[in-house]
Amino acid sequence: MIRSEILKEIAPILRDQLVVCNIGIPSQELHAIDDQPSNFYMLGTMGLASSIGLGLALAQPKPVVVIDGDGSILTNMGTLPTIANNVANNYILMIIDNGSYGSTGDQPTYTGKKTSLAKVAEACGCERVVECKDVDTGAVLQDALDSGEMTIMVVKCDSGNAKMPVITMDPVVIRDRFMKAVQA
Amino acid sequence: MSISSKIVDDVVAAGIAFVTTVPCKQLAGVIDEVEARPEIYHIPSNKEDEGMGLCAGAFMGGKKPMIIMQNTAIGVTINTLATLTQFYRMPLPMLISYRGELREPVACQVEMAVHTKALLNQLLIPTFHFHKEADAEELPEILSYTFMCNKPVAILTDASFWGGYGDQ
Repeated sequence: MIRSEILKEIAPILRDQLVVCNIGIPSQELHAIDDQPSNFYMLGTMGLASSIGLGLALAQPKPVVVIDGDGSILTNMGTLPTIANNVANNYILMIIDNGSYGSTGDQPTYTGKKTSLAKVAEACGCERVVECKDVDTGAVLQDALDSGEMTIMVVKCDSGNAKMPVITMDPVVIRDRFMKAVQA
Repeated sequence: MSISSKIVDDVVAAGIAFVTTVPCKQLAGVIDEVEARPEIYHIPSNKEDEGMGLCAGAFMGGKKPMIIMQNTAIGVTINTLATLTQFYRMPLPMLISYRGELREPVACQVEMAVHTKALLNQLLIPTFHFHKEADAEELPEILSYTFMCNKPVAILTDASFWGGYGDQ
């Protein structure tokens, strides 16, 4: 499965959660598949989805699901020790690990080679780390939500992108409607 | 009362409850105070752009955030300031140690000091400069201004403000 197929399959689970979605094609895919006010789309700033989501999870009690990528985690690897040492049990970091920089032309990342993000997360001190296959994403995500424990998911899947339109919504609108969903 | 305590008193009085820090020798006293206050969730960052991401999330979660960092961080956070904090119109007070000014013992610090105000100016970031201890009397107004206008705002604090570098 490629990322867009996974997002289509888990959209019914994501719909009821606060979602922080990674820059570029992941946000475009989620926006096209199931736009919700409770989705925060990153339009720029590669690498910070996990950090934005952690700040959000620490600041309020609703569950937060971050849809991140292997390339973005590699860009901001310092995020994993911060996550491990600031436990928010309403926080789920779902790393779609397709071993490539999808938004820039599927150039390979090191996670498709020797580097294991699940092992990195564990070494950083994250206590609930689950690596799964693409077809199991929905079940593992639901289990993470039900567990009430901070969870790092590493979803191993195929490289590839669906062709979706660029998000033209104004960033202040994205932020405003998201904050209203947080407060609702 | 120490200047560090006074600054953090003002931070707490402004309702700031989420503070991320990347250390600087000059800021050690302030960071200790932040850590000690029960009103503040203190979350050290490994890099300043990471800290700005944490602050963006905390703001959307309903907490007033703040970042404490060194001016060298301007060099690593320009993209984040432009495409996250400014683009989504979020407030972010930035208490910044302004290394490389008078009394600086480390020559390399001057290399970023000469760019600091120019970069902040280029980014259209409101910038205040604390040089004498009395300048900190404006801090409550600066914090309320930041959350009024929903912008990142820089507060540069130089070595003269902090009383030099001790025996260096």
